[in-house]
Amino acid sequence: MNTDDIEQLVLSAIQQVAPEIEMDDIEVDEDIRKTCDLDSMDFINYLIAIKNATGVVIAEKDYGNANTFKKMVEFLSLKLA
Amino acid sequence: MTTNANTSEQAIKDITMPSLGADMKEGMLVEWLIKVGDNVKQGDIIAVLETQKGAIDMEVYDSGTITEILVQPVITVPVGTVLARLSLAHVAYQSDTETIPTEKIPSPMVDSEVAIPKTPLTKNVLQSTVQLASPIVRKLAEQQQLDLSTLTGTGPHGAIILKDLPNDAHPHATSEKLTDKRTSTKSSTSMRSAISAAMEKSKREIPHFYLSLVIDITLTQRWLANENKDKSPEQQILLLAVVMKSVALALGKFPQFNGFYRQGRFLPANDINIGNVVSLRSGGIMVPAIHHVEQLTLTDIMLALRDVTLRSRNGHLKSSEVTDATFTITNMGERGADTVFGVIYPDQVAIIGLGKPKKSAVVLNNNITIGDEITLCLSADHRVLDGMLAAKFLNQIAENLQKPESL
Repeated sequence: MNTDDIEQLVLSAIQQVAPEIEMDDIEVDEDIRKTCDLDSMDFINYLIAIKNATGVVIAEKDYGNANTFKKMVEFLSLKLA
Repeated sequence: MTTNANTSEQAIKDITMPSLGADMKEGMLVEWLIKVGDNVKQGDIIAVLETQKGAIDMEVYDSGTITEILVQPVITVPVGTVLARLSLAHVAYQSDTETIPTEKIPSPMVDSEVAIPKTPLTKNVLQSTVQLASPIVRKLAEQQQLDLSTLTGTGPHGAIILKDLPNDAHPHATSEKLTDKRTSTKSSTSMRSAISAAMEKSKREIPHFYLSLVIDITLTQRWLANENKDKSPEQQILLLAVVMKSVALALGKFPQFNGFYRQGRFLPANDINIGNVVSLRSGGIMVPAIHHVEQLTLTDIMLALRDVTLRSRNGHLKSSEVTDATFTITNMGERGADTVFGVIYPDQVAIIGLGKPKKSAVVLNNNITIGDEITLCLSADHRVLDGMLAAKFLNQIAENLQKPESL
């Protein structure tokens, strides 16, 4: 899976909880909860969508490494490599 | 709903357009998910409705066999209109005072070739050249200009049913689109008017009083952090679930807060079904109920909360979820305000607003320590509730929150 695929996958996970969000709306270095206006329930549903698509589990202790769009893509690239 | 003993030993029950709130006058039937002859179980989803509250999956309240479909989608009808009839699985003769003989029920709005009556009349229909088909098939065929006479039906009496359609005509995507389109274009205005009708009624009729309590949740938050540390996202528990369970248990001890104000007096509810306010991203709110919260584990409550949040946004709440709440919680979450003074949803008698949990200087044993606090605000109906009882109720919730491990 290349970076483009992973970016697409993260975007579609976001869209499952926030259907109106497009790539242009996302500040890739900003906290995903802030840039996409996700509350904690949305955030959990987003992480579950990521897990369902990739099998990668993001536990609370990993949040710091996956809390922006860019970091999430990097985190997943590492895990899926 | 009315029940009547028919000529035979079968009891027939009307399936009507449900009222999904005191303010709802009419609803739109978008799609039938059943056909005549289908066996249904209580709780099965039998139709998709479009209401002021958005698209709702309509459940059936009894088990039995669908005997008649009287109304065809897409149609808007007043609340209470008979949509279909059900032959009950377990005959329970009810001496319901509302019982009316079938003959007096207004004649159904139905095409004779769609309904498949069990009476001998059927033969005439069958002998005619009209192709039998279920309502949804007819609708799709019309939309997609399919000639039904070219298809072979596998339904009752050779009727064409959903699975007989060619794959590319398969409807689910179509009906979903139809629903979603309606939801997005119509809902912002019609949902606004549903909210305003309910809130006007509340503020006009219910003499609210408000009590708030700042609760030390240091222990609760510490327990949650420890619980969630190594858990996968599906197993994460949020503070909202802990508060919800604490409220449910407190409602068990203070049943005066759990129920409805009807005909000038308080009517306690049998179940503890807590409505949770879900903000829709496009504006507006849905308040799906989670049933029997007092019996659920925190993990179950989280599962239910995640589920209703997603379904509130994609328009697949069930009819029971939008009608069954006996108490409501509104949660502003971590981005919200310190205190939320909620407006009671009629005919309920109370609502609790959760403020933003925050770090705070907590005085404990004459020392100032850094702890976590949240402000709970109870709005209650002064016609049936008083301040002292409300204070006790709030303090009971605070007490429950101190022992999250036992919830």
